[in-house]
Amino acid sequence: MASTLAEKIIASHVGRSVEPGEIVVTGVDVAALQDGTGPLAIMQLQELDMVRAHNPEKTILFLDHAAPSPRKELSNAHMSLREFAARTGAVLSEISEGICHQRLVEEYVSPGDILIGADSHTCTSGALAAFATGMGSTDVGIGIATGKTWLRVPETLRVVIAGRFATGVYAKDLMLHLIGMIGADGATYMALEFVGPGAEAMSMPERFTLSNMAVEAGAKTGLFAADEETRRYLDEQGRGSDYRELAADAGAEHARTVEIDAGEVEPNVSAPHAVENTRTVSEAAGTRVDQVFIGTCTNGRIEDLRVAAEILERRRRHPGTRLIITPASRSTYVKAAAEGLLRIFAEAGATVTGPGCGACVGVHGGILGDGEVCLATQNRNFQGRMGNAEAFIYLASPATAAATAIAGVIADPRDYLK
Amino acid sequence: MPDENVRSNEKDNKEENTHQMLLKGKAWIFGDSISTDHIAPGRYFHLRTNLPELAKNVLEDANPDFAAQMQPGDFVVAGRNFGLGSSREHAPRIIKIAGVNAVLAKSFARIFFRNAINVGLPVLEIDTSGIRHGDMLEVDLGTGTVRNATRDETMTFTPLPPVMVKILGDGGLVEHFKKYGDFNLG
Repeated sequence: MASTLAEKIIASHVGRSVEPGEIVVTGVDVAALQDGTGPLAIMQLQELDMVRAHNPEKTILFLDHAAPSPRKELSNAHMSLREFAARTGAVLSEISEGICHQRLVEEYVSPGDILIGADSHTCTSGALAAFATGMGSTDVGIGIATGKTWLRVPETLRVVIAGRFATGVYAKDLMLHLIGMIGADGATYMALEFVGPGAEAMSMPERFTLSNMAVEAGAKTGLFAADEETRRYLDEQGRGSDYRELAADAGAEHARTVEIDAGEVEPNVSAPHAVENTRTVSEAAGTRVDQVFIGTCTNGRIEDLRVAAEILERRRRHPGTRLIITPASRSTYVKAAAEGLLRIFAEAGATVTGPGCGACVGVHGGILGDGEVCLATQNRNFQGRMGNAEAFIYLASPATAAATAIAGVIADPRDYLK
Repeated sequence: MPDENVRSNEKDNKEENTHQMLLKGKAWIFGDSISTDHIAPGRYFHLRTNLPELAKNVLEDANPDFAAQMQPGDFVVAGRNFGLGSSREHAPRIIKIAGVNAVLAKSFARIFFRNAINVGLPVLEIDTSGIRHGDMLEVDLGTGTVRNATRDETMTFTPLPPVMVKILGDGGLVEHFKKYGDFNLG
């Protein structure tokens, strides 16, 4: 029977073919916690007297959401994660290392893996053809202790991508377009599978941006086939031996197919307070913006910073608009320093921070004031997301963000790339 | 997530469910797309290790009066895609700690739905459009019905998949593991 990518990965773990809708108990290859969800997972394991890691080398605790800690309560939460790592042999990713999802693709996840993480954007690793999905603290805690979890085999929504982006248009714009098209619950309980010549032509960083936002359409994961580009990326990370080719079978059944021509996609934004509330940059142009934030697991990679730097070089931010730039990981930070990007940002008037989740989660590093408007490269613009329910968040690509920082109002990046 | 086998499975679990079979309380109405940021705002991130304190702010950004005015046993009644967003299990947990009997919504986001079952909070998929604020509801988890006593109407909710009936019946995933020491979902 022809299988989708999701079915194939789950089947390889349970040793038999599987069908959408069925419940399986499966082994877990990689498990991840972060500083917002980890302490609760540890409390649950303490209650069960199961403080252990079944596979400590592939159990990673990330200190990224509150990094460095802005409050004693969060410092204590960090201590509990460090202590759990020391006790179980699990890997601790310190505050200097960056966002869990970026670190997972750089170092820990391989094609064909099942990854569970106590963070909704765990689906990012789906770009490596791993069944990567977000769960709550108790689920992941038990996955860590037992090496197992239960899954409902998802139906698949296939996104067939043709064409290639025009100048000034990026993977982020395509994903906002898709979510606007199918809605924030358009793929609830399903796996997204990105296929077609447009998907094959995408670089890994572009694929990460798409997979990262799968959950914003309600999906369980967002998958790409593992191909030559996947091999190139893993080689670049020094883990070429983790590569294996993996793709859906021809003729596999899909719950739904959606087609997008990347060449037709415009620069897009999501307007407050919903990701599905998408419109083109030209429709939103001119909206005054108090703060621009470039970073996150969606768009804080070196490729994103390069695009931002291209626009910001020899320009300055608008005096009424703050600009905060947060690299996704230490390796991104080091590359940005070596390539001179940090200097371009500083000269443009940006506040450049160390790697981590930064302002995205509303914990620190750029909390908005009452009535303020932010344009951010993150994946969510829910009311209250950046620490203030009285503020307004637009989502966009790093290029649109950089152009907006210069103009002080939402601006079309194509005007700055000529 | 309809499943043909649910009814019979629910009956199998009837005895262990008895303590929470019939739930009665008042409806609090919320709209569509209530996110985990509405339920457990990021500005209270530091309270995630102090859930009773966090629960005092539950759903604050959707209705600032809710936490202070709701009575234990009341129901959260919402539109589509309730609980979208973050994987924070704290969200269903503080709804439960606040004393909410169950969440009724037209549809739920996946991670929230699973987390709710794991923490022992009943989440019921049902057409909520006829329910008004303050209506007295009687939810029967055994028969899968919701009776709106104020309007004298009875509706059926989409049955939970058997695996979730099992975990919810045990009182959540931690209790399930206390009971069996492993997944026992067959």
